[in-house]
Amino acid sequence: MTQAVPPILSVTPSRALVDEKFQVLVENLPPGCPVTLRSLHRSEDEDDWEAYGHYVSDHRGVVSVSEDLSFGGMYTGKEPMGLLWSMRPVPGSRKGLRLRKINVCTPMLVNISVHSGHEGFRDRTPLASALAERWYMAPGVKRIDINKQGVQGTLFIPPGPGPFPALLDMWGGGAGLLEYRSALLASRGYVSFSLDYLRSEHLSADVEFKYFETAFNIIRNHPQVIPDRVGILGSSLGSMVAFNLTAYSTIIKPRCIVCISSNHYHPPGTTLKAGFKILSNRTNDLSKINCPMLLVNGCDDQNWPTVETVARLLREGGKEHLLSRLAYPGAGHLIEPPFSPHFRATKFIILNSKEKVILLWGGHTKPHSDAQEDSWRKILSFLQLHLYHSPSVKANL
Amino acid sequence: MDRKQCCVKLSVQPSRGLMDEKFIVLVQNALPGSQLTIRALHQCEDGHSWEAFGHYTADTTGTIDVSEDPSIRGTYSGVEQMGLLWSLRPIPGSKPGLRMRKKNIQTPMEVTISVYQGHQTEGFADLVPLSGVVVERWYMAPGVRRIPVTEGGLTATLFLPSGPGPFPGLLDLWGGGGQLVEYRAALLASHGFASMAIDYLTSKFTMETGKMVDNQYFETAYRVLQQHPQVCGSKIAMIGLSFGTSMTLKMAIYSEVIKLSAAVCISGSHVQPVEGSVEEIMGFFQKNAGKTRFNEKNEAIWRDLLLPIPTDPSLKADVGRLQCPLLLVVGEDDQNWPAQESALDIKEMMARAGNSHLLTVLSYPNAGHLIEPPYTPHARSSTFKTVEIQEKVMCLWGGQTVEHSRAQEDAWKKILFFLRENLYGDRNPTLFSHL
Repeated sequence: MTQAVPPILSVTPSRALVDEKFQVLVENLPPGCPVTLRSLHRSEDEDDWEAYGHYVSDHRGVVSVSEDLSFGGMYTGKEPMGLLWSMRPVPGSRKGLRLRKINVCTPMLVNISVHSGHEGFRDRTPLASALAERWYMAPGVKRIDINKQGVQGTLFIPPGPGPFPALLDMWGGGAGLLEYRSALLASRGYVSFSLDYLRSEHLSADVEFKYFETAFNIIRNHPQVIPDRVGILGSSLGSMVAFNLTAYSTIIKPRCIVCISSNHYHPPGTTLKAGFKILSNRTNDLSKINCPMLLVNGCDDQNWPTVETVARLLREGGKEHLLSRLAYPGAGHLIEPPFSPHFRATKFIILNSKEKVILLWGGHTKPHSDAQEDSWRKILSFLQLHLYHSPSVKANL
Repeated sequence: MDRKQCCVKLSVQPSRGLMDEKFIVLVQNALPGSQLTIRALHQCEDGHSWEAFGHYTADTTGTIDVSEDPSIRGTYSGVEQMGLLWSLRPIPGSKPGLRMRKKNIQTPMEVTISVYQGHQTEGFADLVPLSGVVVERWYMAPGVRRIPVTEGGLTATLFLPSGPGPFPGLLDLWGGGGQLVEYRAALLASHGFASMAIDYLTSKFTMETGKMVDNQYFETAYRVLQQHPQVCGSKIAMIGLSFGTSMTLKMAIYSEVIKLSAAVCISGSHVQPVEGSVEEIMGFFQKNAGKTRFNEKNEAIWRDLLLPIPTDPSLKADVGRLQCPLLLVVGEDDQNWPAQESALDIKEMMARAGNSHLLTVLSYPNAGHLIEPPYTPHARSSTFKTVEIQEKVMCLWGGQTVEHSRAQEDAWKKILFFLRENLYGDRNPTLFSHL
């Protein structure tokens, strides 16, 4: 019996960093053939995530996700990376899930398959499939657990002799220690320290502040770090910390800071937990900012009120020339590295009360994903300019 | 701190690639017009160190793009996107006669690529580079499954592509050195072919009994492959290099059991006693060992053992009887086998028999015997031990590095196209543009 030879599906590159694009190509189909391209990923929590797009092959029997348009599914139009950023938990999954990789030493495995037809494609076994690896860590990046001078976190060091510019990386509340952004930043040439800072319950504001200063100095004094090229990257609560450190510390001087989804109303002299409660109109003394700052916000951020007055405050302090702002319409709060799935609302445990809630983060998938892709490139470009390119200054003027 | 070239950025994209994929090596943020050396370093499984390097000048933006800018000198020169791999050679002071071959294909080949200040030619171990990255080169794509095969007394390994299948099949044979060589089969599986690498000279059976395998061994391999639930039994091809060519032609033409959809023969010949067993064919070569020549470096040249091409038909596989497409890959500077002369004779025989429409010959000037997957460092000679001789000889394979490397790259693409066309029926492959 002659078996039919199947179509050929390829993903190039099959192994890539998570912020790199891939090309999904199907060949050897009949011409004008309706097919569905589908991605499937089993998370570390054992939930299944998928995305799919409906395509039609050309006269040569080829579908190229980079070139062709999707006519339905989880995304439409020409979307080379749609099979990743539009992923959602499969029907029947638990509610309020969020996809975040905890173990960054192994890749995220995504199975890409091609099915015949559009409607009901899941009922049919795939015609062909390929496995793609998506890595947060480039080859040669070193991961080091840090527990020093009371400071805890994970340090990632790029390959090569160094020394390198560095970043203090701080996530937001409710997540525990997330390493993936730091691993990715190290893969892009920065020593990156993902700081664990929400463990302890009973710290005073002073002790808390010192913790961050110590963390910054641990990086600064690391033998593979260029001491005057250390920046801070913070998102959500982490960006409040970044702001305060930059404005109020007398002993640390970041070279530049990036604040993603920040609320700038964290009053100094209060603990982070107390600061959570205060979302009022008290302002920070933004005129104390003395280094270039990049603010990244989603305009549909339902979780923190977006501050329009930051630019005005900086202008009033004579510091507007230091500020770059990226504000994305339709994007929500959780601005992650590119091609990460979008979550409009997920489960969250509130720091103070330990209550489990569903938090609305906001954003609509397509604009949010575009914001992730665009902002990451611009964040890297900002960091490259200020941490790699710009000449050293002897003292901050 | 800033007067010296700190913060020079080096990147290689992709940082993890298949062995036959191209990469882009980029240096940024260097001082415009500065002289820099880009160097690759690899430590192979045997512990030997290999290096390649090129001398560059940064442009006005402080950038060097290896895929666009010329290397002025080094182990390669000119615009050579992949020069850092194919021009790898053992570091000075290494023992002579080395050849790079990966045994464990489940781990990647790791190459450290670094950029150094100035135009350096030696002593890299004592220099601190400005920047360095690690690049992984894989023979196996993610999802490819490696399955040892011992059924029917075989010593073989099957590589299945990822996915449900069914896939066309491929039997993969290497040459007179024996052993179970897996890397080409792994790479072919990464391109959609269920590939079985076969050890037919030093199999478990041969090591235990002292006897060589017979024709049935190959037929068993064919049957095992054909009957695999994820293999398309009517689409099986065979690929052989060197002595593997002899076996491939033998099976393709004379086997009642093996029905090939296509055959690829690299650096080999059709000259063999027809109806001879594996042992007899080996013996035929041994008989002519007296025709071995040595060059001025005392390297053995074996190409004359099968020359002149016989006119006696009982000494040549009857290619006129072939019923499947045949792709011959020939290095014109092959010093080990008379591949070029054989190809010419095969062409004539098939023209006379009327089946030359099945034949494609790829003939490469200045390429040698060891036509390997792309970017494999060229070995013009290396120490070699055949199963017959039992002692190591310095063998001259031939080839000039630049042309040999181009031949490897071109031949591989064409082999993949040929297999795609004959096994998948795909007349218009668009893939391979990144290779």
